Amino acid sequence: MANSSAGLWGGGGSPFAMGSKKLGMWLFILSDALTFSVMLFAYSYVRVANPDWPRPFDGHSIFWASVMTFCLLSSSLTMVLAVGAAGRGDRKRAVRWIWATVLGGVLFVILHTNEWMGLIHEGVTPFDNPWGVPLFGATFFTLTGLHMTHVTLGVIYLGVVAWGFGGGRFNAEDVEVSGLYWHFVDLVWMFIFPLVYLMSNQI
Amino acid sequence: MSSHDHTKAYLIVWSGLLILTILEVILAYTSLGVTVMLVTLLLLSFVKTGLIVAYFMHMKFERRSVFWALIPATVCCIALLSVFFVDSLRILELGN
Repeated sequence: MANSSAGLWGGGGSPFAMGSKKLGMWLFILSDALTFSVMLFAYSYVRVANPDWPRPFDGHSIFWASVMTFCLLSSSLTMVLAVGAAGRGDRKRAVRWIWATVLGGVLFVILHTNEWMGLIHEGVTPFDNPWGVPLFGATFFTLTGLHMTHVTLGVIYLGVVAWGFGGGRFNAEDVEVSGLYWHFVDLVWMFIFPLVYLMSNQI
Repeated sequence: MSSHDHTKAYLIVWSGLLILTILEVILAYTSLGVTVMLVTLLLLSFVKTGLIVAYFMHMKFERRSVFWALIPATVCCIALLSVFFVDSLRILELGN
């Protein structure tokens, strides 16, 4: 099939030299990048339009948000090591690195939930907050909630991949594809952290 | 691709990302103006994104056609969303 079409258009059988699973994941990531961008732009839009935007994050919250960033960055490192081990055919080590990645993701979700509970305790909800700018809660919970959903789904996805790869049902490409997803989730946080947390810290 | 070299590169990229993050946190506690701080934080985030996409997501090791097909158009689309800030500035200056 590839050969006949290659003859017609002359671009070779595989112009991207990439499997369809991986290309599919890249396309999903691009669409997801647009979704998150729109969320971040919507957040920035209402923030610019509100001169009395609240700054609820004290040194304590910024510290824990930084720890969450550390968790995600380190889990990205363990993920590339998993992909590397899987590429070399070292199943045992790859599975171990994937579980380390899952641990980073779980820590992130626990810390984030803890932070949410603290804010909810202060009276910040999606519709109301003590500072009289309800759009803060609306955009904050939508943005971080969508991101946390991605991390949670990523943890489940990686768990399935670790289980399947250890059992020999998945191959190295499946590990690489799940890695792409995980790095993307990490990448999105690299924008949420400065724009939502660092720009709203209490100096 | 010798995977041994890559492990070292990954560790360097990871340390770089951590250093940039620490830099961002320190920056957030300086008395720079909002605009300067926003621009600096965004620039640092773009550098981090570049590092993640190039090394962690392996874009550097893919065929160039992948990069040209996927990235510039997406970045362009996202940048075009800035058009909405004209309206948020209008609300700020003139009210709803």
